[in-house]
Amino acid sequence: MREKGVKQAAATVDVVTTGTFAPMCSSGAYFNVGHALPRMKMGGGRVTLNEVPAYAGFAAVDILMGATAIPDDDPRNKVFPGKFAYGGAHVIEDLVAGKDVRLTASAYGTDCYPRKTLDTWIRLADLNEAVLFNMRNAYQNYNVAVNLSERVIYTYMGVLQPRMRNANYCTAGQLSPLLNDPYYRTLGVGTRIFLGGGEGFVVGHGTQHNPGVRRSEKGLPQVPAGTLAVTGDLKKMNPRWLRGASFTGYGVTLTLGLGIPIPILDEETLEFAAVSDAEITAPVVDYSEAYPHGRAEILGEVTVAQLMSGEITVNGKKVITAGLSSYARAREVALILKSWIEAGTFLLTEPVAPLPSADSGYRFKPLPERPWERLQEAV
Amino acid sequence: MAKRKVVLNFPPHLIDQPITYRLVAEQGLKVNILRARITPKEWGNMVVEMNGDKARVEAGLRFLADLGVEVEPLAEEVRWQEERCIHCTACLAPCPTQALYVDRASMTVGFDGEKCIACELCLNVCPYGAMEIAVEK
Repeated sequence: MREKGVKQAAATVDVVTTGTFAPMCSSGAYFNVGHALPRMKMGGGRVTLNEVPAYAGFAAVDILMGATAIPDDDPRNKVFPGKFAYGGAHVIEDLVAGKDVRLTASAYGTDCYPRKTLDTWIRLADLNEAVLFNMRNAYQNYNVAVNLSERVIYTYMGVLQPRMRNANYCTAGQLSPLLNDPYYRTLGVGTRIFLGGGEGFVVGHGTQHNPGVRRSEKGLPQVPAGTLAVTGDLKKMNPRWLRGASFTGYGVTLTLGLGIPIPILDEETLEFAAVSDAEITAPVVDYSEAYPHGRAEILGEVTVAQLMSGEITVNGKKVITAGLSSYARAREVALILKSWIEAGTFLLTEPVAPLPSADSGYRFKPLPERPWERLQEAV
Repeated sequence: MAKRKVVLNFPPHLIDQPITYRLVAEQGLKVNILRARITPKEWGNMVVEMNGDKARVEAGLRFLADLGVEVEPLAEEVRWQEERCIHCTACLAPCPTQALYVDRASMTVGFDGEKCIACELCLNVCPYGAMEIAVEK
Protein backbone atom coordinates (compact mmCIF):
# COMPACT_ATOMS: atom_id res chain seq x y z
CA MET A 1 0.00 0.00 0.00
CA ARG A 2 2.87 2.32 0.80
CA GLU A 3 4.17 1.84 -2.73
CA LYS A 4 0.90 1.88 -4.61
CA GLY A 5 -1.09 4.37 -2.58
CA VAL A 6 -4.35 3.67 -0.81
CA LYS A 7 -6.66 3.93 -3.80
CA GLN A 8 -4.85 1.48 -6.04
CA ALA A 9 -4.09 -0.90 -3.18
CA ALA A 10 -7.74 -0.93 -2.04
CA ALA A 11 -8.74 -1.89 -5.56
CA THR A 12 -6.34 -4.84 -5.64
CA VAL A 13 -6.41 -6.16 -2.04
CA ASP A 14 -9.57 -8.09 -1.17
CA VAL A 15 -8.73 -9.39 2.28
CA VAL A 16 -6.10 -8.81 4.94
CA THR A 17 -5.60 -11.78 7.25
CA THR A 18 -4.55 -11.32 10.87
CA GLY A 19 -3.39 -13.67 13.58
CA THR A 20 -2.32 -14.04 17.17
CA PHE A 21 -1.00 -16.90 19.32
CA ALA A 22 -0.96 -15.93 22.96
CA PRO A 23 -2.12 -16.85 26.47
CA MET A 24 -5.85 -16.17 26.84
CA CYS A 25 -7.16 -17.03 30.30
CA SER A 26 -10.89 -16.58 29.80
CA SER A 27 -11.10 -19.66 27.61
CA GLY A 28 -12.83 -22.94 28.23
CA ALA A 29 -14.62 -25.82 26.62
CA TYR A 30 -17.91 -27.57 27.19
CA PHE A 31 -18.58 -31.22 26.56
CA ASN A 32 -21.48 -33.59 26.37
CA VAL A 33 -19.91 -36.86 27.47
CA GLY A 34 -22.91 -39.11 26.70
CA HIS A 35 -24.96 -41.14 29.15
CA ALA A 36 -23.50 -43.98 31.18
CA LEU A 37 -25.66 -46.94 32.17
CA PRO A 38 -27.47 -46.79 34.43
CA ARG A 39 -27.93 -43.07 33.87
CA MET A 40 -26.19 -40.57 36.08
CA LYS A 41 -27.01 -36.91 36.76
CA MET A 42 -23.64 -35.20 36.95
CA GLY A 43 -25.45 -31.89 37.08
CA GLY A 44 -25.18 -30.63 40.65
CA GLY A 45 -22.53 -33.26 41.38
CA ARG A 46 -18.74 -33.18 41.20
CA VAL A 47 -16.80 -33.90 38.03
CA THR A 48 -13.07 -33.97 37.28
CA LEU A 49 -11.06 -34.49 34.09
CA ASN A 50 -7.54 -35.75 34.82
CA GLU A 51 -8.25 -34.63 38.41
CA VAL A 52 -8.96 -31.04 37.32
CA PRO A 53 -12.43 -29.98 38.52
CA ALA A 54 -14.96 -29.24 35.79
CA TYR A 55 -18.17 -27.25 36.26
CA ALA A 56 -21.24 -29.45 36.28
CA GLY A 57 -24.09 -27.06 37.04
CA PHE A 58 -26.03 -28.02 33.91
CA ALA A 59 -28.14 -30.96 32.72
CA ALA A 60 -27.15 -34.59 33.33
CA VAL A 61 -23.99 -34.96 31.22
CA ASP A 62 -22.97 -31.47 30.08
CA ILE A 63 -19.76 -30.23 31.70
CA LEU A 64 -17.55 -27.18 31.32
CA MET A 65 -13.78 -27.04 31.76
CA GLY A 66 -12.17 -23.67 32.31
CA ALA A 67 -8.60 -23.03 31.17
CA THR A 68 -7.34 -21.92 34.58
CA ALA A 69 -8.88 -24.73 36.69
CA ILE A 70 -6.34 -26.73 38.72
CA PRO A 71 -6.54 -30.01 40.67
CA ASP A 72 -7.83 -29.74 44.24
CA ASP A 73 -4.54 -31.19 45.51
CA ASP A 74 -2.29 -28.85 43.50
CA PRO A 75 -0.09 -27.13 46.12
CA ARG A 76 -0.82 -23.77 44.44
CA ASN A 77 1.40 -21.05 45.92
CA LYS A 78 1.86 -22.77 49.29
CA VAL A 79 5.46 -23.35 48.32
CA PHE A 80 6.10 -20.09 46.53
CA PRO A 81 6.32 -19.76 43.62
CA GLY A 82 4.02 -22.62 42.62
CA LYS A 83 4.61 -24.50 39.38
CA PHE A 84 0.99 -25.05 38.27
CA ALA A 85 2.15 -27.89 36.07
CA TYR A 86 -1.26 -29.12 34.93
CA GLY A 87 -4.71 -27.58 34.67
CA GLY A 88 -7.83 -27.11 32.59
CA ALA A 89 -5.95 -25.79 29.56
CA HIS A 90 -3.75 -28.90 29.56
CA VAL A 91 -6.88 -31.08 29.70
CA ILE A 92 -8.22 -29.28 26.62
CA GLU A 93 -4.84 -29.67 24.86
CA ASP A 94 -4.69 -33.39 25.73
CA LEU A 95 -8.23 -33.99 24.46
CA VAL A 96 -7.52 -32.19 21.20
CA ALA A 97 -4.31 -34.23 20.85
CA GLY A 98 -6.51 -37.36 20.94
CA LYS A 99 -5.22 -38.52 24.33
CA ASP A 100 -7.27 -40.49 26.82
CA VAL A 101 -8.47 -38.35 29.72
CA ARG A 102 -9.80 -39.70 33.01
CA LEU A 103 -13.33 -38.62 33.89
CA THR A 104 -14.51 -39.03 37.46
CA ALA A 105 -17.95 -38.01 38.68
CA SER A 106 -19.95 -38.28 41.84
CA ALA A 107 -23.63 -37.44 42.16
CA TYR A 108 -26.46 -37.67 44.64
CA GLY A 109 -28.63 -40.03 42.58
CA THR A 110 -32.28 -39.63 41.63
CA ASP A 111 -35.07 -41.99 40.58
CA CYS A 112 -34.41 -41.29 36.91
CA TYR A 113 -30.60 -41.00 37.29
CA PRO A 114 -29.71 -43.61 39.94
CA ARG A 115 -25.96 -43.92 39.35
CA LYS A 116 -23.77 -42.17 41.91
CA THR A 117 -20.16 -42.69 40.85
CA LEU A 118 -18.22 -42.97 37.62
CA ASP A 119 -14.51 -43.34 36.85
CA THR A 120 -13.69 -43.88 33.18
CA TRP A 121 -11.38 -42.93 30.33
CA ILE A 122 -12.84 -40.64 27.69
CA ARG A 123 -11.48 -39.26 24.44
CA LEU A 124 -12.50 -36.44 22.16
CA ALA A 125 -13.75 -38.64 19.32
CA ASP A 126 -16.27 -40.37 21.63
CA LEU A 127 -17.82 -37.17 23.01
CA ASN A 128 -21.08 -35.95 21.52
CA GLU A 129 -20.13 -32.29 21.53
CA ALA A 130 -16.80 -30.71 22.42
CA VAL A 131 -16.90 -26.97 21.94
CA LEU A 132 -14.34 -24.31 22.73
CA PHE A 133 -16.18 -21.34 24.20
CA ASN A 134 -14.10 -18.37 25.25
CA MET A 135 -15.66 -15.37 26.93
CA ARG A 136 -12.67 -13.11 26.37
CA ASN A 137 -9.97 -13.48 23.71
CA ALA A 138 -7.95 -11.30 21.34
CA TYR A 139 -7.45 -8.28 23.59
CA GLN A 140 -7.04 -5.16 21.50
CA ASN A 141 -3.66 -3.91 22.75
CA TYR A 142 -2.12 -4.86 26.07
CA ASN A 143 0.04 -3.57 28.90
CA VAL A 144 3.82 -3.87 29.02
CA ALA A 145 4.59 -5.23 32.48
CA VAL A 146 7.52 -4.15 34.66
CA ASN A 147 8.36 -4.52 38.34
CA LEU A 148 9.49 -1.46 40.31
CA SER A 149 9.78 -3.33 43.62
CA GLU A 150 12.86 -4.84 45.23
CA ARG A 151 11.83 -8.48 44.84
CA VAL A 152 11.10 -10.83 41.94
CA ILE A 153 7.38 -11.01 41.21
CA TYR A 154 5.50 -13.81 39.46
CA THR A 155 2.61 -12.57 37.35
CA TYR A 156 0.39 -13.53 34.44
CA MET A 157 2.82 -11.38 32.46
CA GLY A 158 5.63 -13.74 33.43
CA VAL A 159 8.50 -13.46 35.89
CA LEU A 160 9.39 -9.80 36.44
CA GLN A 161 12.79 -8.96 37.84
CA PRO A 162 13.14 -6.24 40.49
CA ARG A 163 14.00 -2.60 39.77
CA MET A 164 12.64 -2.87 36.25
CA ARG A 165 15.29 -5.26 34.95
CA ASN A 166 12.91 -6.64 32.32
CA ALA A 167 9.69 -5.67 30.54
CA ASN A 168 7.25 -8.28 29.25
CA TYR A 169 4.72 -7.53 26.53
CA CYS A 170 1.88 -9.48 24.99
CA THR A 171 0.66 -8.41 21.59
CA ALA A 172 0.85 -9.59 18.01
CA GLY A 173 1.24 -5.93 17.04
CA GLN A 174 0.49 -5.23 13.40
CA LEU A 175 -0.76 -8.82 12.98
CA SER A 176 -3.23 -8.52 15.88
CA PRO A 177 -6.86 -8.96 14.76
CA LEU A 178 -8.50 -6.03 16.55
CA LEU A 179 -5.64 -3.63 15.81
CA ASN A 180 -6.28 -4.12 12.10
CA ASP A 181 -9.91 -3.08 12.41
CA PRO A 182 -9.75 -0.76 15.42
CA TYR A 183 -13.41 0.36 15.27
CA TYR A 184 -14.76 -3.15 14.50
CA ARG A 185 -16.20 -2.04 11.17
CA THR A 186 -15.86 -5.38 9.37
CA LEU A 187 -16.28 -7.92 12.14
CA GLY A 188 -19.03 -8.66 14.62
CA VAL A 189 -21.46 -11.33 15.78
CA GLY A 190 -21.17 -14.37 13.53
CA THR A 191 -17.83 -13.55 11.87
CA ARG A 192 -16.07 -16.74 10.79
CA ILE A 193 -12.50 -16.94 12.15
CA PHE A 194 -9.43 -19.17 12.53
CA LEU A 195 -9.65 -20.67 16.03
CA GLY A 196 -7.29 -23.25 17.49
CA GLY A 197 -6.29 -24.51 14.06
CA GLY A 198 -9.92 -24.98 13.04
CA GLU A 199 -12.86 -22.83 12.21
CA GLY A 200 -14.63 -20.71 14.79
CA PHE A 201 -17.02 -17.82 15.06
CA VAL A 202 -17.25 -14.55 16.91
CA VAL A 203 -20.05 -14.80 19.48
CA GLY A 204 -19.99 -11.11 20.31
CA HIS A 205 -17.88 -8.66 22.24
CA GLY A 206 -15.86 -10.32 24.97
CA THR A 207 -15.99 -9.63 28.69
CA GLN A 208 -14.24 -6.43 29.80
CA HIS A 209 -14.82 -4.99 26.31
CA ASN A 210 -13.83 -1.35 26.64
CA PRO A 211 -14.00 0.39 23.28
CA GLY A 212 -14.18 3.97 24.59
CA VAL A 213 -10.54 4.27 25.70
CA ARG A 214 -8.24 6.97 24.37
CA ARG A 215 -7.05 6.36 20.84
CA SER A 216 -4.38 7.68 18.52
CA GLU A 217 -5.17 9.87 15.51
CA LYS A 218 -5.40 6.67 13.49
CA GLY A 219 -7.93 5.20 15.89
CA LEU A 220 -5.58 2.78 17.61
CA PRO A 221 -6.41 2.26 21.28
CA GLN A 222 -3.47 3.25 23.47
CA VAL A 223 -4.44 0.97 26.35
CA PRO A 224 -6.23 -2.41 26.43
CA ALA A 225 -9.62 -1.94 24.72
CA GLY A 226 -11.88 -4.27 22.74
CA THR A 227 -12.20 -8.02 23.31
CA LEU A 228 -14.02 -10.89 21.61
CA ALA A 229 -16.09 -13.84 22.78
CA VAL A 230 -15.52 -16.72 20.37
CA THR A 231 -16.55 -20.32 19.89
CA GLY A 232 -15.62 -23.28 17.69
CA ASP A 233 -15.80 -27.06 17.34
CA LEU A 234 -12.93 -28.53 19.36
CA LYS A 235 -13.04 -31.71 17.28
CA LYS A 236 -11.78 -29.78 14.26
CA MET A 237 -8.93 -28.10 16.13
CA ASN A 238 -5.25 -28.97 16.37
CA PRO A 239 -3.06 -29.15 19.50
CA ARG A 240 -0.43 -27.03 17.73
CA TRP A 241 -2.84 -24.11 18.20
CA LEU A 242 -4.16 -24.88 21.70
CA ARG A 243 -1.47 -25.18 24.34
CA GLY A 244 -1.69 -25.44 28.09
CA ALA A 245 0.63 -22.92 29.71
CA SER A 246 2.02 -22.88 33.28
CA PHE A 247 2.96 -19.48 34.64
CA THR A 248 5.21 -19.93 37.67
CA GLY A 249 3.66 -18.44 40.79
CA TYR A 250 0.51 -17.46 38.88
CA GLY A 251 -1.38 -20.38 37.41
CA VAL A 252 -2.52 -22.17 34.30
CA THR A 253 -3.80 -20.62 31.10
CA LEU A 254 -4.53 -21.54 27.50
CA THR A 255 -2.32 -20.28 24.70
CA LEU A 256 -4.48 -20.07 21.65
CA GLY A 257 -4.18 -19.33 17.95
CA LEU A 258 -6.83 -16.97 16.62
CA GLY A 259 -7.03 -15.20 13.28
CA ILE A 260 -9.58 -12.98 11.63
CA PRO A 261 -9.92 -12.02 7.98
CA ILE A 262 -10.54 -8.33 7.38
CA PRO A 263 -12.42 -7.81 4.10
CA ILE A 264 -11.24 -4.62 2.39
CA LEU A 265 -14.57 -2.87 1.86
CA ASP A 266 -13.17 0.55 1.08
CA GLU A 267 -10.05 2.68 1.29
CA GLU A 268 -10.61 3.35 4.97
CA THR A 269 -10.66 -0.32 5.96
CA LEU A 270 -7.41 -0.80 4.06
CA GLU A 271 -5.81 2.18 5.76
CA PHE A 272 -6.73 0.70 9.14
CA ALA A 273 -5.51 -2.77 8.12
CA ALA A 274 -2.17 -1.35 6.95
CA VAL A 275 -1.27 -0.60 10.59
CA SER A 276 2.42 -1.00 11.42
CA ASP A 277 4.29 -1.92 14.61
CA ALA A 278 5.81 1.56 14.74
CA GLU A 279 2.33 3.11 15.05
CA ILE A 280 1.02 0.89 17.84
CA THR A 281 1.82 2.09 21.33
CA ALA A 282 1.38 0.15 24.56
CA PRO A 283 1.40 1.47 28.13
CA VAL A 284 4.18 0.43 30.53
CA VAL A 285 2.61 -0.58 33.85
CA ASP A 286 4.18 -1.49 37.20
CA TYR A 287 2.88 -4.91 38.25
CA SER A 288 4.26 -4.69 41.80
CA GLU A 289 2.02 -1.81 42.94
CA ALA A 290 -0.03 0.04 40.33
CA TYR A 291 -1.63 -3.01 38.71
CA PRO A 292 -2.53 -5.00 41.86
CA HIS A 293 -4.06 -1.89 43.43
CA GLY A 294 -5.93 -0.91 40.31
CA ARG A 295 -4.24 2.44 39.88
CA ALA A 296 -4.29 3.78 36.34
CA GLU A 297 -0.65 4.86 36.46
CA ILE A 298 1.44 4.54 33.36
CA LEU A 299 5.23 4.74 33.43
CA GLY A 300 5.45 5.54 29.75
CA GLU A 301 4.40 4.47 26.31
CA VAL A 302 6.42 2.43 23.88
CA THR A 303 5.77 1.21 20.37
CA VAL A 304 5.49 -2.45 19.40
CA ALA A 305 8.46 -1.91 17.07
CA GLN A 306 10.55 -0.82 20.08
CA LEU A 307 9.32 -3.78 22.13
CA MET A 308 10.28 -6.16 19.36
CA SER A 309 13.77 -4.67 19.06
CA GLY A 310 14.60 -6.27 22.43
CA GLU A 311 15.07 -3.08 24.40
CA ILE A 312 12.96 -0.11 25.45
CA THR A 313 13.68 3.01 27.44
CA VAL A 314 11.43 3.74 30.43
CA ASN A 315 12.03 6.89 32.47
CA GLY A 316 15.53 7.12 31.01
CA LYS A 317 16.41 3.53 31.91
CA LYS A 318 17.12 0.89 29.28
CA VAL A 319 15.07 -2.24 29.89
CA ILE A 320 15.28 -5.52 28.00
CA THR A 321 12.01 -6.85 26.62
CA ALA A 322 10.53 -10.30 26.18
CA GLY A 323 7.26 -11.34 24.62
CA LEU A 324 4.51 -13.67 25.77
CA SER A 325 2.64 -13.64 22.47
CA SER A 326 4.40 -15.51 19.67
CA TYR A 327 4.93 -13.21 16.70
CA ALA A 328 6.33 -16.07 14.61
CA ARG A 329 3.25 -18.19 15.21
CA ALA A 330 0.89 -15.22 14.76
CA ARG A 331 2.37 -14.77 11.31
CA GLU A 332 1.77 -18.47 10.66
CA VAL A 333 -1.92 -18.11 11.66
CA ALA A 334 -2.36 -15.23 9.21
CA LEU A 335 -0.66 -17.25 6.46
CA ILE A 336 -2.77 -20.36 7.09
CA LEU A 337 -5.92 -18.27 7.04
CA LYS A 338 -4.77 -16.71 3.78
CA SER A 339 -4.20 -20.15 2.24
CA TRP A 340 -7.66 -21.32 3.35
CA ILE A 341 -9.29 -18.27 1.78
CA GLU A 342 -7.32 -18.71 -1.46
CA ALA A 343 -8.27 -22.40 -1.58
CA GLY A 344 -11.92 -21.50 -1.15
CA THR A 345 -12.30 -23.68 1.96
CA PHE A 346 -12.87 -20.71 4.26
CA LEU A 347 -15.62 -18.29 3.32
CA LEU A 348 -15.80 -14.74 4.58
CA THR A 349 -18.90 -13.67 6.45
CA GLU A 350 -20.85 -10.51 6.97
CA PRO A 351 -21.48 -9.90 10.68
CA VAL A 352 -25.03 -10.50 11.91
CA ALA A 353 -24.75 -7.66 14.43
CA PRO A 354 -22.02 -5.11 15.18
CA LEU A 355 -19.86 -4.94 18.30
CA PRO A 356 -20.14 -1.89 20.56
CA SER A 357 -17.56 0.56 19.19
CA ALA A 358 -15.76 3.66 20.44
CA ASP A 359 -18.86 5.87 20.30
CA SER A 360 -21.22 3.38 22.01
CA GLY A 361 -20.61 4.51 25.57
CA TYR A 362 -20.03 0.85 26.48
CA ARG A 363 -17.35 0.56 29.13
CA PHE A 364 -15.51 -1.74 31.53
CA LYS A 365 -16.27 -0.93 35.16
CA PRO A 366 -14.64 -1.95 38.44
CA LEU A 367 -16.62 -3.83 41.09
CA PRO A 368 -18.65 -1.46 43.26
CA GLU A 369 -17.92 -3.32 46.47
CA ARG A 370 -20.65 -3.19 49.12
CA PRO A 371 -19.37 -5.23 52.07
CA TRP A 372 -21.86 -7.74 53.37
CA GLU A 373 -22.89 -7.26 56.98
CA ARG A 374 -25.06 -9.49 59.07
CA LEU A 375 -28.08 -7.69 60.46
CA GLN A 376 -27.92 -8.02 64.21
CA GLU A 377 -31.32 -8.60 65.68
CA ALA A 378 -31.91 -6.55 68.78
CA VAL A 379 -32.28 -8.83 71.75
CA MET B 1 43.55 -26.77 22.42
CA ALA B 2 41.15 -28.37 24.88
CA LYS B 3 38.07 -26.90 26.44
CA ARG B 4 36.50 -28.54 29.46
CA LYS B 5 33.42 -27.56 31.46
CA VAL B 6 33.73 -28.94 34.96
CA VAL B 7 32.23 -28.53 38.43
CA LEU B 8 34.79 -27.84 41.17
CA ASN B 9 33.71 -28.75 44.70
CA PHE B 10 35.81 -27.05 47.35
CA PRO B 11 36.03 -28.54 50.85
CA PRO B 12 35.49 -25.89 53.56
CA HIS B 13 39.22 -25.60 54.43
CA LEU B 14 40.05 -24.55 50.86
CA ILE B 15 37.55 -21.80 50.26
CA ASP B 16 39.89 -19.05 51.40
CA GLN B 17 42.62 -20.16 49.01
CA PRO B 18 43.19 -18.33 45.71
CA ILE B 19 42.85 -21.49 43.67
CA THR B 20 41.48 -19.92 40.52
CA TYR B 21 44.41 -17.50 40.55
CA ARG B 22 46.84 -20.41 40.79
CA LEU B 23 45.10 -22.21 37.93
CA VAL B 24 45.66 -19.14 35.79
CA ALA B 25 49.08 -18.01 36.99
CA GLU B 26 50.78 -21.31 37.73
CA GLN B 27 49.01 -23.71 35.41
CA GLY B 28 48.70 -21.28 32.52
CA LEU B 29 45.04 -21.99 31.88
CA LYS B 30 42.36 -19.66 30.67
CA VAL B 31 39.63 -20.07 33.29
CA ASN B 32 36.12 -18.81 32.68
CA ILE B 33 33.94 -18.90 35.82
CA LEU B 34 30.39 -19.66 34.76
CA ARG B 35 28.82 -20.04 38.17
CA ALA B 36 30.12 -19.95 41.72
CA ARG B 37 28.71 -20.44 45.20
CA ILE B 38 31.13 -19.95 48.07
CA THR B 39 29.87 -19.75 51.65
CA PRO B 40 32.18 -19.67 54.71
CA LYS B 41 32.57 -23.03 56.50
CA GLU B 42 30.63 -24.91 53.80
CA TRP B 43 31.52 -26.78 50.66
CA GLY B 44 31.76 -24.32 47.84
CA ASN B 45 31.19 -25.09 44.21
CA MET B 46 32.09 -23.46 41.00
CA VAL B 47 31.34 -24.25 37.37
CA VAL B 48 34.27 -23.30 35.18
CA GLU B 49 35.32 -23.65 31.61
CA MET B 50 39.04 -24.37 31.29
CA ASN B 51 40.87 -23.56 28.09
CA GLY B 52 44.41 -24.54 27.23
CA ASP B 53 46.34 -27.20 25.37
CA LYS B 54 45.39 -30.70 26.33
CA ALA B 55 48.41 -31.41 28.51
CA ARG B 56 47.95 -28.20 30.49
CA VAL B 57 44.26 -28.91 31.10
CA GLU B 58 45.16 -32.41 32.32
CA ALA B 59 47.90 -30.97 34.56
CA GLY B 60 45.47 -28.37 35.89
CA LEU B 61 42.96 -31.05 36.79
CA ARG B 62 45.71 -33.04 38.59
CA PHE B 63 46.75 -29.89 40.46
CA LEU B 64 43.18 -29.43 41.67
CA ALA B 65 42.83 -33.06 42.70
CA ASP B 66 46.11 -32.91 44.65
CA LEU B 67 44.84 -29.88 46.56
CA GLY B 68 41.69 -31.77 47.55
CA VAL B 69 39.27 -30.08 45.17
CA GLU B 70 36.75 -32.59 43.87
CA VAL B 71 36.39 -32.27 40.13
CA GLU B 72 33.28 -33.55 38.35
CA PRO B 73 32.22 -33.25 34.76
CA LEU B 74 29.32 -30.79 34.33
CA ALA B 75 26.52 -33.25 34.91
CA GLU B 76 23.64 -30.96 34.22
CA GLU B 77 22.69 -29.89 30.82
CA VAL B 78 19.79 -27.62 29.94
CA ARG B 79 17.97 -28.76 26.86
CA TRP B 80 15.63 -26.84 24.62
CA GLN B 81 12.74 -28.98 23.44
CA GLU B 82 12.11 -27.25 20.17
CA GLU B 83 8.80 -28.99 19.52
CA ARG B 84 7.40 -27.58 22.78
CA CYS B 85 8.64 -24.03 22.10
CA ILE B 86 6.09 -21.54 20.76
CA HIS B 87 8.71 -18.82 20.09
CA CYS B 88 7.17 -16.30 22.49
CA THR B 89 10.63 -15.02 23.60
CA ALA B 90 9.75 -14.99 27.34
CA CYS B 91 13.01 -16.86 28.05
CA LEU B 92 15.27 -14.20 26.55
CA ALA B 93 15.20 -11.77 29.47
CA PRO B 94 16.57 -14.06 32.20
CA CYS B 95 19.23 -15.79 30.06
CA PRO B 96 22.57 -14.28 31.19
CA THR B 97 24.68 -15.55 28.30
CA GLN B 98 22.32 -15.20 25.33
CA ALA B 99 22.37 -18.96 24.89
CA LEU B 100 18.67 -18.40 24.22
CA TYR B 101 18.39 -15.93 21.38
CA VAL B 102 15.90 -14.69 18.83
CA ASP B 103 16.26 -14.10 15.14
CA ARG B 104 14.60 -10.68 14.91
CA ALA B 105 13.58 -11.10 11.26
CA SER B 106 11.54 -14.25 11.82
CA MET B 107 11.05 -13.71 15.58
CA THR B 108 11.94 -17.36 16.15
CA VAL B 109 13.83 -18.46 19.23
CA GLY B 110 16.98 -20.57 19.09
CA PHE B 111 19.28 -22.16 21.67
CA ASP B 112 23.06 -22.36 21.62
CA GLY B 113 24.04 -25.08 24.10
CA GLU B 114 27.70 -24.02 23.93
CA LYS B 115 26.84 -20.71 25.56
CA CYS B 116 24.57 -22.24 28.23
CA ILE B 117 26.00 -22.24 31.74
CA ALA B 118 23.15 -24.32 33.21
CA CYS B 119 22.04 -21.51 35.53
CA GLU B 120 18.49 -22.84 35.11
CA LEU B 121 16.89 -19.37 35.21
CA CYS B 122 14.93 -20.18 32.05
CA LEU B 123 13.28 -23.23 33.58
CA ASN B 124 10.54 -21.50 35.54
CA VAL B 125 10.09 -18.76 32.96
CA CYS B 126 8.98 -21.01 30.09
CA PRO B 127 5.23 -21.67 30.41
CA TYR B 128 5.41 -24.59 27.99
CA GLY B 129 8.04 -26.77 29.66
CA ALA B 130 10.31 -26.33 26.65
CA MET B 131 13.42 -25.95 28.83
CA GLU B 132 14.43 -29.15 30.56
CA ILE B 133 17.29 -30.14 32.74
CA ALA B 134 19.00 -33.35 31.75
CA VAL B 135 21.36 -35.03 34.19
CA GLU B 136 24.11 -37.07 32.60
CA LYS B 137 25.17 -40.08 34.61
